Amino acid sequence: MNYFKFSISENELLALPSGALWWPDQSILCVSDLHFGKSNRLARKGQSWMPPYENQDTLLRLEKDLDATNTKKIICLGDSFDDNEASRSLPPDEVLWITKMQTRREWIWISGNHDPSPKNLGGTFLESLEIEKLNFQHIASSKKRFEISGHYHPKIRVRVKHQSFTKRCFLVDDKRVIMPAYGTYTGGLYCNRDPLRSIMNQNSIALMTGKEIYPIPISKAN
Amino acid sequence: MLKYDLPKKFKNWIETKNWVLRPHQIEVLNNSKRQSQLLIAPTGSGKTLSGFLPTLIELDSVKFSGLHTIYVSPLKALAADIKRNLMIPIEEMGLNIRVEDRTGDTKAATKRRQRVDPPHILLTTPESLALLVSFPESKVLFANLERIVIDEIHALVESKRGHQLVLAISRLQSLCTNLRKIGLSATVENPNEIAQFISKNEASCPIIFAKTGIEPDISMLQTKVSPPWSGAGATYAIPDVLEKVSSHKTTLIFHNTRAQAEIFFHNLWLNNNKNLPIAIHHGSLSLEQRKRVEAAINRGELRAIVCTGTLDLGIDWNDVDLVIQVGAPKNIKRLVQRIGRANHTYNAPSKAIVVPANKFEIIECQAALEAVKDKDLDGETVQTGSLDVLCQHILIVACAGKIHPTKLFKEIKKVGAYKNLTKHDFKECLRFCIDGGYALKRYEQWHRLKIDNAGNLVLRDPRTSNRIRMNVGTIQDTDTLKVKTHRRGGGKALGEIEEAFAASLTKGDTFLIGGKIVRFENLREMVVEVTQNANKQPKIATFMGTKFATSTKLSDRILDNFQNEHWDDLPADTVSWLNKQKEFSELPVKNSLLVETFFRKSRHYMVVYSFAGRNANQTLGLILSKRLEELELAPLGFVANDYATLLWGLKKVQNPIELFNSNAIELGLDNWLSGNALMKRTFKAVATVSGLIDRNLPGLKKSGRQTTFSSDILYDTLVKYDPGHLLLKITKDEAMKGLIDFNRIKEMFDRIDNNIKHIDLPHVSPLAAPMLLEMGTVPIEGKAKELILKNEASLLMKEAGLV
Repeated sequence: MNYFKFSISENELLALPSGALWWPDQSILCVSDLHFGKSNRLARKGQSWMPPYENQDTLLRLEKDLDATNTKKIICLGDSFDDNEASRSLPPDEVLWITKMQTRREWIWISGNHDPSPKNLGGTFLESLEIEKLNFQHIASSKKRFEISGHYHPKIRVRVKHQSFTKRCFLVDDKRVIMPAYGTYTGGLYCNRDPLRSIMNQNSIALMTGKEIYPIPISKAN
Repeated sequence: MLKYDLPKKFKNWIETKNWVLRPHQIEVLNNSKRQSQLLIAPTGSGKTLSGFLPTLIELDSVKFSGLHTIYVSPLKALAADIKRNLMIPIEEMGLNIRVEDRTGDTKAATKRRQRVDPPHILLTTPESLALLVSFPESKVLFANLERIVIDEIHALVESKRGHQLVLAISRLQSLCTNLRKIGLSATVENPNEIAQFISKNEASCPIIFAKTGIEPDISMLQTKVSPPWSGAGATYAIPDVLEKVSSHKTTLIFHNTRAQAEIFFHNLWLNNNKNLPIAIHHGSLSLEQRKRVEAAINRGELRAIVCTGTLDLGIDWNDVDLVIQVGAPKNIKRLVQRIGRANHTYNAPSKAIVVPANKFEIIECQAALEAVKDKDLDGETVQTGSLDVLCQHILIVACAGKIHPTKLFKEIKKVGAYKNLTKHDFKECLRFCIDGGYALKRYEQWHRLKIDNAGNLVLRDPRTSNRIRMNVGTIQDTDTLKVKTHRRGGGKALGEIEEAFAASLTKGDTFLIGGKIVRFENLREMVVEVTQNANKQPKIATFMGTKFATSTKLSDRILDNFQNEHWDDLPADTVSWLNKQKEFSELPVKNSLLVETFFRKSRHYMVVYSFAGRNANQTLGLILSKRLEELELAPLGFVANDYATLLWGLKKVQNPIELFNSNAIELGLDNWLSGNALMKRTFKAVATVSGLIDRNLPGLKKSGRQTTFSSDILYDTLVKYDPGHLLLKITKDEAMKGLIDFNRIKEMFDRIDNNIKHIDLPHVSPLAAPMLLEMGTVPIEGKAKELILKNEASLLMKEAGLV
């Protein structure tokens, strides 16, 4: 398995190319911004009729990460559903799929701005969570503490030999990790523009996801 | 002798002007009660007046209230220009006729008023007409409509804009049964096809040919220095071009791409010792800048205008007495139309000069000149109506009110472009409009359209009509960013560049825009900020502009000239170049495919003279690379131009003939297509037109929200989970004729009929040598691309002291 290893507050964490974060000592897998039900919400609102396959695609990738890490605990870091209604109207086959994944492991849903109160699914629903001084919550706070958060869907663009590469990425500095969006139908914000630019420390690095994971200083983003 | 009895008012007016009605104008008047007609006439022949005369006469003879005639042109600017011209006879004869235009530039309040209180004559564009059709008022608005005049129809039929237009017409025909149509076209090779485009059968659409003017005076530029081996800038010809400009009143200097126009303009000014007033005009300049140039042309202040296709159509510049085409014209018809821009007086010959940019283009230019003389035009075959535009039309019609699908199907089949539409395709489009048309049915309760008790289609949620209207149109905006000078409180707008180009810039890089060298400072809120900088050589502006591929007809002519050794008119050094090729290898011919192999500096090379045009040759290069990889011949790269593809690698291709099995090529194509960037680009266009995704609206664009995501994700998802989906089918069809141009490769295989001639050479052949100079311009895809990123990432980490 390809990964990038780094430490926050003396905890060793592994960023995976899929965009998931693996904490081997605690057997915790963390993913953020799954946005289940996005196509459903857009159609319901009369905005767009996207191919309705994004839940399936997200679940397939999640299943692969769960199998590879054999994790005991999973933390979904908010915006797991595109809105509250989306969690209620998840099709039965997908609910079953999630339920199957929930057996044999602890499942924690952190609430996000899109899904303040999801229902109808197993697992624990929390606003935030602290483990070994690491705070898990949806949106980064201004508090001086160690934090793992999501929300902003960071991406990075670098220019190499007249070609430009854009990838979803983790942003990491000595106190903070901002997770990339894991859901299939998600866009992103460039890490070198506000608000991300002001949240992150100047020396932070971006971990580009994709087939393999590549670290790159944020200052080199284009 | 043709005759038509003009009303007295008109007769007198024409006499005071010292005019006589031309034969084609009389014919148009005589046909004016027919349901459709097509007028083919060169520029300057009074084409537009021909189109309007019947309207003016009819409106003068009876008191008419409401909308009588709709005039559609491909350009907004043309609508404004026509209005000016049309007002002359109306005012001079004192006719009581109201003329208004309605385009994207018209104020919202005016548009609203026009829907209830329309003028007699409405001048508009296909997009604005489609939009009109989407309003419930359209039923009343069009009830008394008599005529529709379609100007520059030859330009419309080649694109989806033409499909949009005929679909709107199909609606109009249902709303007003007496609608009469007239198409006005420049000289084309396929008038019948254009006639069919607007009317269901040819017989019901008489075609009127205006007498063509005097033969154009057209030649190749004689230069002091002969053209270089490769390149597209034609810098070598600058002094000679300037000489021509100074000996003529006004010269239009046409280029095939905007980047080339910019570079040429820059170099022109570096040599413009006499300070001749020369300006530049192309589509990525800011609107104000373009308007300034147009006004200066109208005042006769300019001696030359460096331009691109934006000046191809329409607007009459009276004083142009010379047209210069820089670079091989790639397409005979376009050359003829550009030539027509010179001398808009009917009885004087148009004067035009072509400037080849490199040695091979001399051969192409010569072939093009001969074709013009032989009146042997090339033309893309008029395409059958696209299905993505049909999807958009279904939604547009639904916005206007209830409609029964069977009725809609029938009325659509009444226009030529869609006469062969099958029930199956229509149903698929309809399903797409209703629920997305996915194999997995997930939107049962959220359909976009529903069927009421009487079987009519209606919008489930009437509020969606706003969104549908906002997305009307088929012109694809490339993602562009505005360029402004860097100044506190906002600088001056210079124009636009492609987002991808902007992304490749770093602070201090210089590029050309509007003839100025500017220095990239930063990218702020989606505006590219620059400072002016005259000291540096510009980095080449690779932004925008389509790269045209040499047409089949022109390619065939070049090959014929090779075969017949028809070289009398070529310069001596070109002839000796071709003779050397003949001695050392062979000249490519039409009925076989020449493949050369040779070894040079530790690389094995293979040249394929496919003459299939740039896009198809590029595709061939990609497919062959893939085939070579499968055969473990370690290909390293390739370069393609309009004539040939050059591939190189570490191992020798012993038997190239086995590579060219056309089945294997087609299979290679299928495998390679699905992950291809060109497919994704085509998909984005199809998805936008069909209404799957919203078009990038100015203002709404890039709101910086993380919730909007790229259409590439949708493409990948469909390929993975719903490969039979309608939009993927449309995408493949489009790509095959457009950027991937696989149809040209198939044509080539038909032409050569399994005759492949392989010649193994001791070194590079004279004909292939220029291609070696173009090497290294194609970006590498796939594994190699990832590797570049990986290496660079680790370098940057080291540089930043983070490893």
